[in-house]
Amino acid sequence: MKHNAKIGALAAFSVLLIAIFLFIKVGNNWDYVLPRRGLKVLAIVITGSAIAFSTVVFQTITNNRILTPSIMGLDSLYMLIQTFVIFIFGSTNLTVANKNINFVICVGLMVLFSGVLYKVLFKREGQNIYFLLLMGLILGTLFQSLSTFMQVLIDPNEFQIVQDKMFASFNNVNTDLLLIAIIAILGIAIYFSRFIKYLDVLSLGRDQAINLGVDYDYVVKRLLIVIAIFVSISTALVGPITFLGLLVVNVAHEFLKTYQHKYLIFGSVFISIIALVGGQLIVERVFTFSTTLSVIINFIGGVYFIYLLLRERKSW
Amino acid sequence: MVEVREVSKQYGNKSVVDNVSVKIEKGKITSFIGPNGAGKSTLLSMVSRLITKDTGEILIDNEEVGQCKSNDLAKKISILKQSNHINIRLTIKELVCFGRFPYSQGNLSEEDWKHVNEAITYMELEDIQDKYLDQLSGGQRQRAYIAMVIAQNTEYILLDEPLNNLDMKHSVQIMKVLRRLVDELGKTIIIVIHDINFASCYSDYIVALKDGKVVKEGPTDEIINSSILKDIYDMDIKIENINENKICVYFS
Repeated sequence: MKHNAKIGALAAFSVLLIAIFLFIKVGNNWDYVLPRRGLKVLAIVITGSAIAFSTVVFQTITNNRILTPSIMGLDSLYMLIQTFVIFIFGSTNLTVANKNINFVICVGLMVLFSGVLYKVLFKREGQNIYFLLLMGLILGTLFQSLSTFMQVLIDPNEFQIVQDKMFASFNNVNTDLLLIAIIAILGIAIYFSRFIKYLDVLSLGRDQAINLGVDYDYVVKRLLIVIAIFVSISTALVGPITFLGLLVVNVAHEFLKTYQHKYLIFGSVFISIIALVGGQLIVERVFTFSTTLSVIINFIGGVYFIYLLLRERKSW
Repeated sequence: MVEVREVSKQYGNKSVVDNVSVKIEKGKITSFIGPNGAGKSTLLSMVSRLITKDTGEILIDNEEVGQCKSNDLAKKISILKQSNHINIRLTIKELVCFGRFPYSQGNLSEEDWKHVNEAITYMELEDIQDKYLDQLSGGQRQRAYIAMVIAQNTEYILLDEPLNNLDMKHSVQIMKVLRRLVDELGKTIIIVIHDINFASCYSDYIVALKDGKVVKEGPTDEIINSSILKDIYDMDIKIENINENKICVYFS
């Protein structure tokens, strides 16, 4: 009951923030303002939920509370694709300008990359999950270096466009893409729902999970694919934002103090919405668009991360 | 009955378990003994499907472990490893509830709660059942894990060094519980154990491994014998009869 009350409070606060976001200084132009703000909120809710959810699941699989799915290198791959396309075709090319094609290419390549990575690693059985993370980390660094290499070579004006993609932004989300993303994420969420009961047991670690009858490799493989798709969709939609996950999931842990995923997932999702909508409000009203949301999130997240590390060290 | 037939396991080029065949009788405590690196834990992990075998067959009640559905096996066989580091913060009761997962899939029925409470009572943990695992002493924590295994209510219970890091009092306590589980509830228990005197006093059957091979197996009385123990451990071990127990003296 206690947990339900907390989740309820979080939900209420999210709704309140969304309402403020939608109706603040509306003036007389309701027809013009509301659909635009509505779209933004929808994008925030979708990406926020996807990121929060995949981080919860990722931390459970890895049994580690300071990891995010970005360690698998998906963010870096996204940046590499963006840089590469502009490097080769230039920013005026239609493929780059057309957001739909860009989105499909990005999601496709990111999912393909994760698929190949898993395939190679899981072919030999008994592979440690940390080996997967290590490979992801190394490849991520490689992608990053390649991107940097191309970024220094391109025209400074083109670089501006690449730089624009480096930071997550909700300010110009494409309607068509949003619809595709929502359908894809909902579909996968429904597929995933049959694995949700295993999450609590997975947090006990591999050996206990197998002992308790979880088909570990089968379940973990599918969960990792779901994570890869969620991260790919949200990154392609708004930009690299996985760092947010670390922040919200840890806040959810601190706030709810439970191991049960039915609470943790909903808690993280609502906290994520609160952080994003609140952050976006600050960006729009306090900084009047002079900065982007991900700068604020990364700043707060970074400070919190350092706090976490210091506290972990003290408890040893 | 657990039947291991010609099972081998290699890590790289090193053969850890080499062509091992043993049969483990129902309703008994079977101890795996042997020096460090003999392959005892590896064998136990293979029987409980935590790691896969390279070759050979492992049959539990005449069914091959690799072919069974994982959830069905979880109702038949349970394993407790020597190090049980859990990253999440749980109370004893929550931990024991996890033992019912193969039956409940997370939604505990009245029947499940009955088993949970019985297991807690059996391990005498009622007073501290709402304490968190990280607040407990080593002995209490080990009892909590065993309570979880009891709640899982499997016919076969596999324990990898259950006395690791416990003092004498708690070790005896745990071994007595295991004995009761076999005598009263008819469980079949397989343990990996280093203290040869605990093996001698509490087990019915002993399998001695060395360098990945079975060097000797037989009823406890047969194995606790100076010349056989010398084969296993390469040291002279005197055996004294104290209160009808065979005690090995190897300290000097």
